Amino acid sequence: MKLRNLAVAALSALVLALPATTAEASKVKGEVTNFDFSFQGLTGTYDRNQLQRGLQVFHEACASCHGLQYVAFRTLSDPNGPELPEDQMRAFAAMYEVWDPELRDWRIAEGPDHFPESQFEGAPDLSLMTKARAGFSGPYGLGINQLMKGIGGPEYVASFLLGYTGEEDFQAGTMFYYNKAYGDWVSMNPVLFDDMVEYADGTPATEEQMALDVAAFLTWTAEPKMVERKHAGFVGVIFLSVLAALLYLTNKQLWAPIKKAAKKD
Amino acid sequence: MSGIPHDHYEPKTNAEKYFHRRLPIIGLIYDTIMIPTPKNLNWMWIWGVVLMFCLILQIVTGIVLAMHYTPHVDMAFASVEHIMRNVNGGHMLRYLHQNGAMLFFLAVYMHMFRGMYYGSYKTPREITWIIGMLIYLAMMATAFMGYVLPWGQMSFWGATVITGLFGAIPGIGDVLQAWLLGGPAVDNPALNRFFSLHYLLPFVILGLVILHVWAFHHTGNNNPTGVEVRRGSKEEVEKDTLPFWPYFVIKDLFALAVILALFWALVGFMPNFLGHTDNYIEANPLVTPPEIVPEWYFLPFYAILRAFTSDVWIVIAVNWLSFGIIDATFFGVLAMFGAIFVWALLPWLDTSSVRSGRYRPMFKMFFWVFIVNFWVLTWAGAMPAEGIYTNIALIGTAYWFAYFLVIMPLLGVLEKPLPEPETIEEDFKASLKSKSSGGPKGPSPESIPAE
Repeated sequence: MKLRNLAVAALSALVLALPATTAEASKVKGEVTNFDFSFQGLTGTYDRNQLQRGLQVFHEACASCHGLQYVAFRTLSDPNGPELPEDQMRAFAAMYEVWDPELRDWRIAEGPDHFPESQFEGAPDLSLMTKARAGFSGPYGLGINQLMKGIGGPEYVASFLLGYTGEEDFQAGTMFYYNKAYGDWVSMNPVLFDDMVEYADGTPATEEQMALDVAAFLTWTAEPKMVERKHAGFVGVIFLSVLAALLYLTNKQLWAPIKKAAKKD
Repeated sequence: MSGIPHDHYEPKTNAEKYFHRRLPIIGLIYDTIMIPTPKNLNWMWIWGVVLMFCLILQIVTGIVLAMHYTPHVDMAFASVEHIMRNVNGGHMLRYLHQNGAMLFFLAVYMHMFRGMYYGSYKTPREITWIIGMLIYLAMMATAFMGYVLPWGQMSFWGATVITGLFGAIPGIGDVLQAWLLGGPAVDNPALNRFFSLHYLLPFVILGLVILHVWAFHHTGNNNPTGVEVRRGSKEEVEKDTLPFWPYFVIKDLFALAVILALFWALVGFMPNFLGHTDNYIEANPLVTPPEIVPEWYFLPFYAILRAFTSDVWIVIAVNWLSFGIIDATFFGVLAMFGAIFVWALLPWLDTSSVRSGRYRPMFKMFFWVFIVNFWVLTWAGAMPAEGIYTNIALIGTAYWFAYFLVIMPLLGVLEKPLPEPETIEEDFKASLKSKSSGGPKGPSPESIPAE
């Protein structure tokens, strides 16, 4: 009875706190597809091959404009990431140049260096993009969609890359492209075309495949410790549940004589 | 601690006696944790311990985060990413701290609602209530300044909006705002002082918490009946109470473990669920986000702030009466701070002689409407300030003030309370009996007037 009350109280507290998620109000204007990713759910982990493919797409299609300034090349070898072997990671880093404030010159990037910043102002840095965008919101600001589908950053990124309708509009010297995921005109041109990259693992490089791969890769750049975090989540929840069960029994036994005495007279 | 008669610490060994004569701290700790506590406390009395845990959690995680954080506009955002990526366990520390603030506020609201329902603020516990409100204010200031530190878009624009409230004060507003920020706009001086104060205030809160605990240890705990512990003799006290250790410590720890399991699941599996995506974009003074929304625990007051637009009749009236000094914005600011102020005045606004809401049939109704209204305001605060949402916020605000300024004073006069039990012991026994005979579907202990 008491336990039930407590559970009800805790649950209702949680549900009542939900309107909070309306704070997630980066309103979704366009259509975002609820793609499936390997890293979703309580036990989901990154797919190493997918992250490597996403890295390749980023390198070939995104890196010419967009930066990844918070990501160090060395982390490409970290566990639960793309897990490039050391030598491949160094070879990959060597394809980039970074500004060295001590040399006062550009030099070839090494493991500890970060990816460069964006090449021009209009292109946002992509390190945290999948955490900075919401794919789902509502309904009515109640946060239920975010609870069921997730906040939807990776879904948004993939939908965005696949969202070009082909409509173009030339305004004030700039070309704009209609994107149905954004729900408006954007200045970024469509970048993905079938077979534009050749995957080393032989996966067919369809537009959708590339979009999903790069969205997965950008989820890793935004949340490189996700797998460790979920692991800690499991350990903590199990530990605390056992602790709660033991404390419940202790409490019951502790109060038993008091309650018995009270019932007697 | 004085108040209820109970056993005190007696040093037994020579070493204890030596120490006790010079610094009676063991006796102080003993008396604190052995305080006679009403037997009949229910599960809403666990939030105090949850709050104590939250304060310690925030201080411990916060101190470690501060070792790796850089309070400079060019480096703050990157230093948070450094914590998330390079510091050992940094991502967990930071998510615990971020979500810990939310647990802290959830617990404080539950704690305050419990106090409101069972009349814990009434004589002689007014000072406990006032100190509690001061803690709540300090928590709000701490949380607000802490939210600015990651220097994301919502940090920056939230700081701009909230300090702008002080700018709305007629006459001295602009000067005051510039003084608070250390410049004309939110910039490095503001970030530096917010960091400094964000580190300081938790220790102020800790000091206030000690006073809060001291105050109610002096008066004794309230309990679900609102009936005082009998203090005639130690035997009487022992019929109504049990020592805090071990009976309530174990009970509270059990509840804490259940809450922490849920909290840990939130941190482990969806740490950004209650946050705002825009705060993962570095602050940019040139780009205003489409919507500026505070964290959820501020939303009721944000709704009150925004409810008063210049077309509301009371705003028009006050504007006219004050010769235009009080405009809609300043009115909203006054309403927001007023909403907290009337909450603090509750001990003097409630005129009922009966403490516990259990024995107040009319009060119960208005109380639950207040709770629903609180969450409706939370929701309205998150919606855009336009159309139907400001109307809802306005109705909610009206009820908020009516609850404290009209309903609470009048109810004490109009309401005919139910009979209270004679003693806590009686209530404790009645609740046990109803449980064993009626089963889970039987009458709840609350509805049984113990005559």
